[in-house]
Order: sequence, then structure tokens, then C-alpha cells
Amino acid sequence: MTPIAESAPVRVRPARRLLDALGGPQNLSLIGALAGVLVVFGYLNPAYLSWSNLAVIGVAATIPALLAVAQTMVIICGGIDISVGSQSGLAAVVAAMVFASTGDGLANGVAVVAIAVALVVGVACGILNGLIIIYGRVNAIIGTLAMLAAYKGLAQLLSGGRAQGYLHGDDLFIFVARGSIAGLPMMVWILIAVAAAIHILLKYTDIGRNIYAIGGNATAARLAGISLNKYIVAVYAVMGFVAALAGVILAARTGSGQPTAGSEGLELKAITAAFLGGCAIAGGRGGVGGTLLAVAILSALDNGLTVVGVNPFWQNVAQGALLVVAVVVQQRRTGERAVGLPA
Amino acid sequence: MRLTDPVRSGDPAGADGLRVEGIGKRFGPVQALTDVSIDFPAGSVTALLGENGAGKSTLVRVIDGQHVPDEGRILLDGVPLRLRSPGDARRAGIRVIPQEPDIVPHVSVAENVYLGSLPRHAGRLVDRGRLHRRVAEDLASIGFAHLIDPSALGRDLTPAQRQLVEILRALTTDARVLAFDEPTSSLSEQETEALFALIRRLAADGRSIIYVSHRLAEIFRIADRVAVLRDGALVGVHGVEQLDEAAVVRMMVGRDLGAMFARGHVFTQEVVLDVDQVSTDVVTDVSLRVRAGEVVALAGLVGAGRSELCRAMAGDLPIRSGQVSVDGRPVGLRRPSDAVRAGIAYAPEERKAQALLLRRSVRDNVTLAVLRRLSRLRFVRRSAERALAATYVHRLRVRTPSLEQEVGKLSGGNQQKVVLARWLARRPRVLLLDEPTRGIDVGAKAEIYRLIAELAENGMAVVVVSSELPEVLGLADRVVVLQNGRVAGQLDRSEATEESVLALAMMSEGARP
Repeated sequence: MTPIAESAPVRVRPARRLLDALGGPQNLSLIGALAGVLVVFGYLNPAYLSWSNLAVIGVAATIPALLAVAQTMVIICGGIDISVGSQSGLAAVVAAMVFASTGDGLANGVAVVAIAVALVVGVACGILNGLIIIYGRVNAIIGTLAMLAAYKGLAQLLSGGRAQGYLHGDDLFIFVARGSIAGLPMMVWILIAVAAAIHILLKYTDIGRNIYAIGGNATAARLAGISLNKYIVAVYAVMGFVAALAGVILAARTGSGQPTAGSEGLELKAITAAFLGGCAIAGGRGGVGGTLLAVAILSALDNGLTVVGVNPFWQNVAQGALLVVAVVVQQRRTGERAVGLPA
Repeated sequence: MRLTDPVRSGDPAGADGLRVEGIGKRFGPVQALTDVSIDFPAGSVTALLGENGAGKSTLVRVIDGQHVPDEGRILLDGVPLRLRSPGDARRAGIRVIPQEPDIVPHVSVAENVYLGSLPRHAGRLVDRGRLHRRVAEDLASIGFAHLIDPSALGRDLTPAQRQLVEILRALTTDARVLAFDEPTSSLSEQETEALFALIRRLAADGRSIIYVSHRLAEIFRIADRVAVLRDGALVGVHGVEQLDEAAVVRMMVGRDLGAMFARGHVFTQEVVLDVDQVSTDVVTDVSLRVRAGEVVALAGLVGAGRSELCRAMAGDLPIRSGQVSVDGRPVGLRRPSDAVRAGIAYAPEERKAQALLLRRSVRDNVTLAVLRRLSRLRFVRRSAERALAATYVHRLRVRTPSLEQEVGKLSGGNQQKVVLARWLARRPRVLLLDEPTRGIDVGAKAEIYRLIAELAENGMAVVVVSSELPEVLGLADRVVVLQNGRVAGQLDRSEATEESVLALAMMSEGARP
């Protein structure tokens, strides 16, 4: 080997460049898996591959995808947020209740204010998560597991366990729920905007590079002068914002703010997708592209099981199994030692 | 073949006890042990001495089965042993008492001692009565019943009591060989005396005792024989009555790396780094001045506080009192980013664990501390980043197939150069290097030495922590020697020799020449 600068600039082969654009060899296997899922269920039931069904899959994937994309950033930073589903539920309730209270107690309120308050609540939840993890020195899994329960309880308390408000009389909520621009549903545009923003943040800014560094080696990042606390709080705050956004969309679609319906269990989908999409458990590796592909696989699988008439309870079993498989694959890839086995 | 051993053991056949024969062990580029043959006769205490990195710990680990030697054999009572794991060593009757034994915190001393072989009633119920009686008997039989309560919980034990538990564990398995690794480093004088009394009894009962320590005064209190290692080879074994502290130090020194150092720093009188009476939890009242162009080495034994002082100057450990200034401006060091901003760069001791993003590219690693400067509106300018990384990779002669190579796949020397490149890219005023050549092959060492000299010539203030004395002497314009967290003395280049540095690092104040 010679010192680098003495060699000619490296020419990247076009095939390699295409592969990198798709997110590297790992994403190629995800694309293969997605194709496999589509082919298998398409064969079992041709209606599965109809445009209308594919659109159903896409719309169903949107909200999990929003959460998964933000979760990817949290996991890359070496953390994890289990409380996202509860944050979405809380935001949905808050949005509907603010809407109702600025109007006549049920409807006709000020949608912009309702949405803004819900997003602020989401950011506050995220900041609280970050502070608990940093200053309480609580493990991220335990800290956010506790907040999963706490935020859900808060949503139930506020709403009395009932659906709040009536949002389907408001133009803005209707637009969020069912509007479309250039043939794409509004909520898909929101996903595209959020995913693109997080992708650009992670890949092209010094902030994103520092997030990878913190997850890759927190000690090294700290000694290099990166302020871990600020980054960790900020990452959870962004997660809270996105979770609240998902909650607002959920409320808009169902027409009311519900504490748990629709939002409960989203954390499992988001986390499964992030790991399946290539995030390392310890942090420092992963990307938005892989996570989106993984959400597509999960959604296609969910829908496929329904379309071929499998008992819907099997979907939970399939998802749990997939999470284990995703983590096992990740551990193998990073060469981590299994618990209890000799070194 | 007893050329290296002028002292005949008590047993004329020389077969009783432990013998290592022609042991060699290599770690990558580093030859840790070369043809080491030592007798540890039954009934006597043999001290194992040597500078940091001389091979003492490696030899103990070989005896303990943690390292399998590349060459040579180990014999107990004349019978060759096959030691592939600490379990093998225990079954053979060899037991190493570590500085900090593994104690289960929430169970009693008695259970800790008989961990894994608790006496049972019929079935699997533990017979606590028998357990406690047995431990009480064990303690009484070695005369230590007054030192430890068998029903005390593991977490409440003092360091001395923890070692006692480990010794009891060894005795219950009828160990023939006991090795102590720096056993007194956390013991009070009283506890030390009690431990020594126990060690003498254990030896008198016919066991082989291996005693590893840096503390010369102690060696003369407890050991019958002294074996000295240097650079992984045996220097000699002598009866303790033939030696004094100065003689032991003379045996430990004398390596030659001289040719590797490019010398002749010219430094100005301008003080860059001024450490004024700094105390942390480990170091006390340390003052230190480093001028532009000067290389100051921090010497001392492991645990003397060298790394802790560096980490405090890097903002990584809290400073309790005192002041650090750079170029005459006081620096508030509350976190590492304060130090980085003040122009202090720190390459820590554990490259892989503390400095590198092993799974990321050379480019990522080199530019980690300067990303903000390379960004416009927070977007990292790729071309500028590549250019900067290439500049420093070239300047430091990092051997890598490309800038995108994963750092974890480079050799240790090149990894260290990547760490240096990261800091040089920030153009620091002060460079703190903790063990910069640990685990690096000789060729890369020479390059790092040359680089340090070059950086100093360009006006940087350099502080080097090193456990290798020849390195300290070769690099440093001045050597500051720490002992127990305090400055034991400073030596100019002209006064610094291995003897003078070791004397400051090891000897009690009264015994120094």
C-alpha cells in the first residue's frame, strides 16, 4: 500500500455508484425481500398487485414510515424511543381538544392553533425523554418504556378515555386527511418532506455526521468536542415533533382525537423497520433509505396476510418474529458476541 | 539449565514448585516474552519485577492459563502442564489473586468463597449451617477469623477483605501456587502487614508464591527471591539478601531505542501550557509549564496519575482546584469541548475505545473535530473535506488504500496516525498524547517519534505520557515524574536517565540517591 495522496484519484465504477445510490449492498437485499413479498402474495391473490391495493399499502405505510424515519435518527445516535406511539396518541388528543375548545366545544375551532399546540406538546415530550435519559442517567429503553406508559396515561386522563372533538367539518383537517397534490395524498407529501429533511440532515450536514459519531463511539465524539447532551435532547425532540405530526394526521383521518386507537403499537412497527432497514443496535450505522424500504416490506406483508385471508392476529406474530430476525441479522453483521456464549 | 538462577531453591532436586521454561509470547508485532525460564520453588516467595511493559503481567497470565505461550512449557513439581484457560490452571492448583477480585455483591462472604460448590442438603437446597461452619473453620485455620465475618455481604468488604475471599477460594481448592498481582495497591499499612503475615504462612506450608509489585520497599519485606524482567526477557534471579533498592533498579533499566529519535528541539521561552497547582480526584497540586516547541514527558508508574492529569487537562475529568492556561489565557475546563476550543488536543490511551469510529472511514475520522469549519450553512463541503483529509493523510503518511477505508481495518500505527491527523487538522497549541505508541510496531513508532519532534519544532507544546522509559528519555526535553498523584520531581534532558526517572517514580523519598 502506498500513501493515499501518491495514488491517482480513485475511479468509482458506474455499477458501484448505482449500488451506493440505492444505499449499498444491504439495501439491495431489502429490495430483493420486498420483491419476494410482492411476488409471493401476487401469486396467491392477483388482486394484491392491483393499483388500488398497492395504494392501500402505501397509505397504510405512511404513518409507521414517519415514525420509523425519525426513529432511525434516534437509533443512529445510540438511543431508542419506545414511547413514540403514546406521543402520537397524546398529540392526537391534544389537537382535537384544542380544536374543540377554540370552537364550540366540539367542532369549528381554529385548526392551525390546534395543530401547533399538538406539535409543541410532542416536542416537549421528546425533550422530557432526552432529559430523563441524560440527567437521570436512565437507560434509553427503560426511560422511554416508562414514558410509553406515562404519555398513554396522560392521553387517557385528558380525554377521559373517549374520542374527542369532531374534525371532519374543518377544511384543513380534511385536506390533511384526504387531500392530494399532483395525484399524491397529502400525508404522503408530508412523509416525503420529513424523510427528505432527515436524510439530508443525516447525510449532508455536520449535525448528521456528529449524530453518527455519537452513536459510533460516544467517548470519541465527546473528546472531539461534540456536546453529547445537546445532541441527545435535540434528537429526541425531533422524534417527539414527528410523533406529534403522525398523531395529528391520525386525528385528521379518524375525524377525532383518540388516546390509543390507531397509535398504540406504532413503536413496534417503527423500531422493527429501523432495525430491519439496517440500523446497528448500538448506533452509528443505518439510514433513511433502508428504513423506508423496511417499512414497505412490513406494510406489504401486513396487507398480503390480510388479502390471502390469514387470521389478522398472525400479523402480530409475524411482526415480532421479524424484529427478532432483523436484530439477529444486525448482530451477525457487526460481529457482536451472543449473550451467554463463550468468547 | 539453571544459568539464569544463581539461587538454588531449598529442595536439592529443584523439582518442587512451579517452573516456567523457555516461555515466549508474541502479540502481533510485539514480542511480549522471550525465552523466560524462572523457578518458583515451593516454600518461598518470589517477587516478579520489571518496568511497565516489561512482561510481568503477560507472564502471570501465561501461568494463569489466560494466555497460551507460543513457546516453552510450565511444570508443577516436575510435571508438565497444559494450560489453555484459567480453569485449567485452577484444576492444576495455580491461582492468581487479582487486584480486584470478582465478588458477588449481594451474597455473604461464605457463599462467595464456596461459589459454585455450595454444600447441599439432599436435593438442591443449600446447607447454610454447614457452609458457615466450614468457612469459619477455614478462617480459623489460617488465623484470620478476626479479619472478616463469614456472614458479611460481598458489597461491604474492604479491598483487603476481598482479596482474603479470593485467597480463601484458592485454599478451598487446595492451590499449590498463588500469584499476587500488586496486592497492596489499595491496602492500608495495617492490612498490608496482615496480608504479608498470611503470605508468609502460605509459603511456610509449602506453597509457591509469586509476588508482582512495583513497590521496592515491599519486596524487601516479603520476598525471598527477586526475578527481574526487562523487555520480555529475564535479567536475573537473585536472593533478596544479595540486593538493595538501587541494585534492583539497575537490573530493571537499560534498553536502547536511541537511534529512533530525531533530536534537537529548539524551544523558546514562551510558555504555551501553564498548569498551576491543579488537583483532581487522583492528582494533587500539580504544576507544569510547557513552552512552545518543548516536549515534556509525564513519567511514573501505572496508577501514578499521569493519564488522569492528561484527561483533566483535556476537560474529561473534573479539576477540583488550580488553573490551566493556554498562551497566558485561563481556560475554564468543564468539558472536553472547552479544551478543544482552547487549542488543547488530546489523543487518549485507548485508541479504539476512546478515539476512533472504527466502522467509519479514514475521512470521517480525520475530519471529526473540524466538520463545523468545513461546513457552509451547516452543509459539509465534500470537496473541502476530502482535500483536508487527503492533506493530513499524506502529511502523516497514513498507509491506507483510500480515504474511504474503514479505520478498523488499518494497522495500529496507522490508526494512531489517523487520531493525530484529526487533531493536527485543528491546528492545536497543545498536544496531549497518552501512550502514543502502545501496541504499535517498531517502524511506526519511529515515524510517530519523528512526527512529534516535527510538531514541536513548529511551535506546539507537546505533553507525552509513556510507560516506556527509553521512549520518555528519547522524546522529552524535560521529564516530569509523578508518584501517587504528586510531582516527585522534574529532570532536564541532561539529567534524565532510566535510573534517575525510576528512582523518582518508585523509591520512597528517603531512599532516593
